[in-house]
Amino acid sequence: MPPLLELRGITKRFPGVLANDHIDLTLNQGEILALLGENGAGKTTLMNILYGLYTPDEGDILINGEKVEIHSPDDAIELGIGMVHQHFMLIPVFTVTENVMLGVESTKGGIFLDRKAARERIVEISSQHSLQVDPDARVEDLPVGVQQRVEIIKVLYRQANILILDEPTAVLTPQEVVELIKVIRSLVAQGKSIIFISHKLNEVLELADRIMVLRDGRVAGATTPDQATEASLASMMVGREVILTVDKPPAQPGEVVLDVQNLKVLDDRKLVAVKDVSFQVRAGEVLGVAGVQGNGQTELVEALTGLRHVESGKVSILDRDLTNAMPRVILEAGTAHVPEDRQLDGLVLPFSIAENMVLNTYYQPPFAKGVRLQHELITSTAEQRVEQFDVRTPSIFIPASSLSGGNQQKVIVAREFSRPIKLLIASQPTRGLDVGSIEYIHNLIIQKRNEGCAALLVSPELDEIMTLSDRIAVMYSGKILAILPAEEATLEGLGLLMAGIQEGATQAAS
Amino acid sequence: MVEELTLAQKQQLNRRRWIIGAIVLFMAALILQFGLGSGGSKSTFVLSSQRTGVNIPAPDLVLPTDVTLYSMAALVGLAGVWQTLRGFKRDTVVILVSVSVLTAAFLVWATEDKSLNLTGMLVSSVVRATPIAMAALAGIYSERSGVVNIGIEGMMTMGAFMAVVFASITGNLWVGVIAGVLAGMVMGWLHGVLSIKYKVNQIVSGTGIIILALGITSYLQRAVLNLNPELNQPGPVISAVAIPGVWRIPVLGPVLFNQSPLIYLMIVLLVVTHVLLYYTRWGLRVRSVGEHPKAADTLGINVFRLRYISVLLSGAIAGLGGAYMSIGAAGRFNEGMVAGKGFLGLAAMIFGNWNPGGAFFGSLIFGFFDSWQEKISILQVGIPVDLLGMAPYIATMIVLAGFIGRARMPAADGTPYEKE
Repeated sequence: MPPLLELRGITKRFPGVLANDHIDLTLNQGEILALLGENGAGKTTLMNILYGLYTPDEGDILINGEKVEIHSPDDAIELGIGMVHQHFMLIPVFTVTENVMLGVESTKGGIFLDRKAARERIVEISSQHSLQVDPDARVEDLPVGVQQRVEIIKVLYRQANILILDEPTAVLTPQEVVELIKVIRSLVAQGKSIIFISHKLNEVLELADRIMVLRDGRVAGATTPDQATEASLASMMVGREVILTVDKPPAQPGEVVLDVQNLKVLDDRKLVAVKDVSFQVRAGEVLGVAGVQGNGQTELVEALTGLRHVESGKVSILDRDLTNAMPRVILEAGTAHVPEDRQLDGLVLPFSIAENMVLNTYYQPPFAKGVRLQHELITSTAEQRVEQFDVRTPSIFIPASSLSGGNQQKVIVAREFSRPIKLLIASQPTRGLDVGSIEYIHNLIIQKRNEGCAALLVSPELDEIMTLSDRIAVMYSGKILAILPAEEATLEGLGLLMAGIQEGATQAAS
Repeated sequence: MVEELTLAQKQQLNRRRWIIGAIVLFMAALILQFGLGSGGSKSTFVLSSQRTGVNIPAPDLVLPTDVTLYSMAALVGLAGVWQTLRGFKRDTVVILVSVSVLTAAFLVWATEDKSLNLTGMLVSSVVRATPIAMAALAGIYSERSGVVNIGIEGMMTMGAFMAVVFASITGNLWVGVIAGVLAGMVMGWLHGVLSIKYKVNQIVSGTGIIILALGITSYLQRAVLNLNPELNQPGPVISAVAIPGVWRIPVLGPVLFNQSPLIYLMIVLLVVTHVLLYYTRWGLRVRSVGEHPKAADTLGINVFRLRYISVLLSGAIAGLGGAYMSIGAAGRFNEGMVAGKGFLGLAAMIFGNWNPGGAFFGSLIFGFFDSWQEKISILQVGIPVDLLGMAPYIATMIVLAGFIGRARMPAADGTPYEKE
């Protein structure tokens, strides 16, 4: 008997990126397949292809052994494929009933909505699968966990057999995750088949029948929970590429530059993202913060740089209390910040390269005299920095948006490093860059460290962390689980810590 | 779960309470000021109607000026005191009621020892509210689907022009109405192509449509209509149709049941739009597209098609509004005759929170103030006519300032949809 669903050689290219590279996948009736991989590994792209939101450049989709064409979500729904998106596709001002019926409305006479009939079916589905929800509630008034139930009901309402759950636990509280796992089990018991996308190892091991790991758009391996451990999955996910070597003399730690005490920070949804975090960074050392993305690193960096409110705790830089200080005050205290999202937070994309080069100093002499900008000086400085930091650009007057990612990053680095700085906070400084740029930026960070600058490096790339750091902190679910000297850390040990397992990690590390 | 208010939130609420209380008390003082020195005089409001030779009799409403004003002042004053000390739950309603009383008080004061035809004023309120309501309905169709339509003014201008020309050529006013509707749709289609297909900024596209319409119509008027005056003579305006049985009811009859068929059509459209938006499959889909087009798209709903249809309907209704202004009310086309009615309609739409009923109510307020300023200037109260002419627009600002915080526009309004 052919498998329920089969993908053969799916390839999808985006400008400059190979998102999916000849991916094969099979799903059997009544099975939970976990699709594991880091952010950007191509999981969501693959599922969007299956749901008809993207068209693949190459490859075939087979259902029950027959080749099918999926050009739109309509086709996918017709074939019994339903998707619960990572970012819910719900209309906040509509009721649950309206959201569920939208697109497949039950009507009287083909025109008028029959809310009552739809409501009855929703009640039926929700009791059958223990998905409690009030069909008349407005979606915007519901907690996230319940909104997700609405999404699942929406898929079941369309009589889907194959359910794609795209990182369903990413937005849930631990209690809601337990609920969700129950629901998934009950769905499978009733004959549904599920593709479960995640980068959380423990959930995958608990729930899946089979596990497939994607890395850089390719299948990195396939396994089953009884043959895999969190450590083996972590290494499959992260990969063991050649570690870039950086010439690094032993650290000469000096005075404490950054001192963080019992920091608590909330995320955009007002949930605690950073819990009771304390650490110090000394002059002349690099503290690497490792961790799977979304474990509070973003919020931590934003809090340290004054971009996010600190709920409680204390941040001091060179013995000065700068908790909840204005970003400019923190900057003038000698902090350089290389932000995680260079296009959103690092540059003003429509501004020229020259303007971007002085974004942090334009208001001070010598770049400003009173209220007037000194354009000649700004221009000559920019030209000199473009030269010095090897930014490849035809002109310093073109907008930053027209540069490649690596050169954009070099503009940011040039701006941040061309000032006397005491503290460097770099978040994913090499994300998406080519090998040459990575090496260049790595060397610059080490150079700053050798000059006596304290550096905090946040990155989900273990290789990068291990290459550059003198000490390594691992963040998991808002906490720092451990801070290890770099020489004691191993890929396996860090991988386990990144998955939240403390016991095995300390053993593996020692 | 009981939400605890923080101290700062409480202080803010208190401040809001006091400010609104102070405004209401100020209005009470103003009314009292009107009342002072009007001892013994009377204000006469005529309720009978004399139109097109038909007389619908009704007794006059005669009020003692001072007593009426003092009681109004007392009423508003009490509300102000209560608001300041304890606070009403829905403070916007307090403001709305106080402004209404203030308006009535102004009328009573202005009619001191004179008489004013109240029925006539209400009739003209409805007449003046009609193009505004049509513009508001046009706005609702477009914006509920997520396309901001600031070009309604231009669509109305084109509708008004084409209606006159075609009515003059054919000698049939209804052909003119249809031409007006089609002209509006053409402009709507243009707006749709620019803003949906080419994703031009919708404010820019809408502004372009206004300028285009003004330019085309004023050029054609000078180059064609002025040389061929017979093209600007559609004949007498579409005549009022009395609804049998009810049109002789005093006050109500002339106001509601003896009006132009286009006004009835507007009311029918109002009801139809409400039913369409909230009780049909099409309406649910249109609203979903205006709120979260991507979600609608993942459910297999054609976002682009729904937006095109909505913008075309928007243009059609705006064209109808223009036709009403030219062949339905003025009897000819004049340059710039739409005179901001399209924008007032958008304000009424926002006032009504993008709901047909609320938008209609907003239009009536604007229509009322338009007619109010006209009647007051006839009474010659010693306030320059130009200042009184500002009344509808001041009313717009007060209404928007008081309500815009509560209004909630469709979430995706103004955002072009891009498929990945």
